[in-house]
Amino acid sequence: MMEAQKYVWEGAIPLQIHLHESEVTTLPPPLPALILAPRIGYLPLLIPHIKPHFSSALPPGVDTVWFEYKGLPLKWYIPTGVLFDLLCVEPERPWNLTVHFRGYPGNILIPCEGEDSVKWSFINSLKEASYIINGNCKNVMNISQPDQVELWHSVFNGNLEAYLKVSSKLKLGTAGHEYSANLSSGSFVSRQSAGDTDATGQVKTGRVPVRLYVWGVSEDFDDLEDAPQIDSWDKISYINRPVEIHGEEGKCFTLLDAVKSLLPEHFQYKSLTNEESSKEEGEDEQKVPSEEGGENLSEYVESCYPSDNAEVKLVRIQGIEPKLEIPFSWVVHNLMNPEHFLHVCVCLKFSQVKIPSDG
Amino acid sequence: MDISSWDGTISLAEFHAAACALVEKWKKVSSASPPWSWVSCPKQPWVASHEVEGYLSLENIILVSIKEEHDELPSFPQKEETSCSDKEESIDIATLGQSDHDEICYYDLHIVYSAPYRVPVLYFRVYYSDGEPLQFEDIKKHLPAHSAKTLLDSKWTFITQEEHPYLNRPWYKLHPCGTGEWMKLLFQGDVSLARNGAAIEVYLISWLSFVGQVVGLRIPYEMLNQL
Repeated sequence: MMEAQKYVWEGAIPLQIHLHESEVTTLPPPLPALILAPRIGYLPLLIPHIKPHFSSALPPGVDTVWFEYKGLPLKWYIPTGVLFDLLCVEPERPWNLTVHFRGYPGNILIPCEGEDSVKWSFINSLKEASYIINGNCKNVMNISQPDQVELWHSVFNGNLEAYLKVSSKLKLGTAGHEYSANLSSGSFVSRQSAGDTDATGQVKTGRVPVRLYVWGVSEDFDDLEDAPQIDSWDKISYINRPVEIHGEEGKCFTLLDAVKSLLPEHFQYKSLTNEESSKEEGEDEQKVPSEEGGENLSEYVESCYPSDNAEVKLVRIQGIEPKLEIPFSWVVHNLMNPEHFLHVCVCLKFSQVKIPSDG
Repeated sequence: MDISSWDGTISLAEFHAAACALVEKWKKVSSASPPWSWVSCPKQPWVASHEVEGYLSLENIILVSIKEEHDELPSFPQKEETSCSDKEESIDIATLGQSDHDEICYYDLHIVYSAPYRVPVLYFRVYYSDGEPLQFEDIKKHLPAHSAKTLLDSKWTFITQEEHPYLNRPWYKLHPCGTGEWMKLLFQGDVSLARNGAAIEVYLISWLSFVGQVVGLRIPYEMLNQL
């Protein structure tokens, strides 16, 4: 099942990068730089390609590069594809970003010293993933220097083949069943993975590295272009919590199960009825039963009480909205980023239920 | 708790229980010091978690930098001065004299639970009285001698600047990678701890007695004495 991974690694976001007007010292101002940014890559890695384009227009001084989208400083350690999925609900192509070479917002963004910082952040995340999967960071910490270099280069260059070769030494098999290439025949072979297994080879327990980015809307929207713009990181709940898989015999742990385990217990969701999803999936929309929504309203009092009526509007991973019934292990294995984290963007619609308190 | 099979990590619920225990004990034992407080999270209306989520906070405190080259810090109780909300400052002149620097630095300490590592993690900020944050190099000068040395030996694996999990701002963080291991060693090595039925309540206090040394936070002796 190499196909999906290949698509992910080859995926790229076309960027149109504008120099911030306060830093333009030439007339006419420089044209924006056009660049294809790998989904699994990071914005600072593009700087060597972008800088020559603007260097003649910059004011004198030391460069401290940072990117911004509609006024929001971009967190450089988040993979480019994730930033795009999260901040550009209605995909904008090319994605118009602004680059700054001065005035680094050190009170908001952690410092970035180019490729080294990105590499360190990547390795750190890989260690964290290793700890989650294996209970220790040994595999990552003990790889040889040449292997570490090879690993980073494979990510830097988007070379999936080289990456798979080196990363297999890390023994970071994902918890859950691994699918062989025979999936299309309707059956699958479950292989040894990092979780505990019982006699039948089914995985009983395991932890999966996941990073969830949740944002909420109080007003419903049908078209993605009507979705409100995220203008502050405070509007996003970042949940860095592993998904715990407790495999049950005969039951498949789905993407929905995983999302539910990280989000409130009581939420209802309905299939996306907008054109976007039918275009992407090319199938009839599926009706899914709502989950325990709308009951016990009388228990809530009027206030900003955490509402149990949150509805999942959108689950986006690597730019697609997978069907929530898909086995979670497939999603992880094919859509995870090179540091072994699955990044999931979720939009929730919540209703602030105002009920008079019991009298 | 069966120490032999325990890996030194705790759950979020256990962290919360341990945090409450620490807050209570600290208040009882060290009433002159500023108290630790529990800050509840998250604040978003749609992410209601199953369990209580939050972090421990101790802010606006002055920590004395210890410049002696001892392997073990002395165990007498150390006063932590604070600037109180009514702007009164009581500074112990004798302890302040140990500091190499004229500038008084304030610390904000947060103890946050790490779901990936299943251990507490220390996040901290250091700033001057005007609120201006210290540069990393200056922080190193303020840290106790032995932790500064470790820092110099392996800068990137010890204290790093990362984003606070809840506050969307850069904070300094002590790395959690080895925590489970040394917590297990700590409990195994101390017979009284291992036998103690209320082990989870002392987990955080024990953890803090080690981790606090990095920034020079002293645990009142009475807290450790009761373990």
